[in-house]
Amino acid sequence: MTEQATSLRDALSAAAIALNETSGDREQAVRRSGELLTAGGRVDAAYTREMLAAVEEFGPYIVLAPGVALAHARPSPAVHGVAFSVLTLDPPVAFGHPENDPVRLVIGMAAPDDESHMEALRQLAELLGDDARRERLMTATTAQEVLALIEPAQGKETNA
Amino acid sequence: MKILTVCGMGLGTGLLLRMNTEAALATIGVDDAQVEVADIGTAKGMGAGYDIVLTSSELAEQLGSVKGKLITIHNFIDKAEIENKLREALDRPAAPAG
Repeated sequence: MTEQATSLRDALSAAAIALNETSGDREQAVRRSGELLTAGGRVDAAYTREMLAAVEEFGPYIVLAPGVALAHARPSPAVHGVAFSVLTLDPPVAFGHPENDPVRLVIGMAAPDDESHMEALRQLAELLGDDARRERLMTATTAQEVLALIEPAQGKETNA
Repeated sequence: MKILTVCGMGLGTGLLLRMNTEAALATIGVDDAQVEVADIGTAKGMGAGYDIVLTSSELAEQLGSVKGKLITIHNFIDKAEIENKLREALDRPAAPAG
């Protein structure tokens, strides 16, 4: 185990948040999600191509819950640290998932290896699993609102 | 008991599913389960070694034979869906309310 796990708050910078954007289709939304990861500062632009390829390879199952997609590629040399991005879409975009379409929230994720994103992902799971916080995330209008939603998870060492 | 969660690359949805599966097992009161995560490429043909395999319906079609029970999850962040389907697979219904 690494001593200091990257928290979701550490992995998500304000520059990697874009809210209520219009996106033509799944590919455009995933590309934008990748650009936001790069804007966050830890991910090279090449990772966006890897994300697009992964989405093509694995298809719409990345829509892991109603309205919520998790876009990412495999651990990559283009990733220099754990990074997340938040993109909300207005209007929501069909990703081709039989039950969970249309997508309102795209979480972008970049991991340098198999393990170091785990704490941030755990915090994301808590956030998304909480109906009230998820709803506020999906309807936020400022990056500050998004970051404030994540703040509560910061620094808490839970071994749930 | 060995449980496998499967996703495309083994580090996003499958990992979320592993976390929520572990939480659900704790709620149900199963303490002897080992939950592992695998990507679909690795998981093909691995199903034979596990008592329960959880994945999405899309990936379930690609998985091949599973020794134990195959659970397909629609909402990977819905702990209730995961808990209910695990209870069914384990034959451990929730205690009646009250």
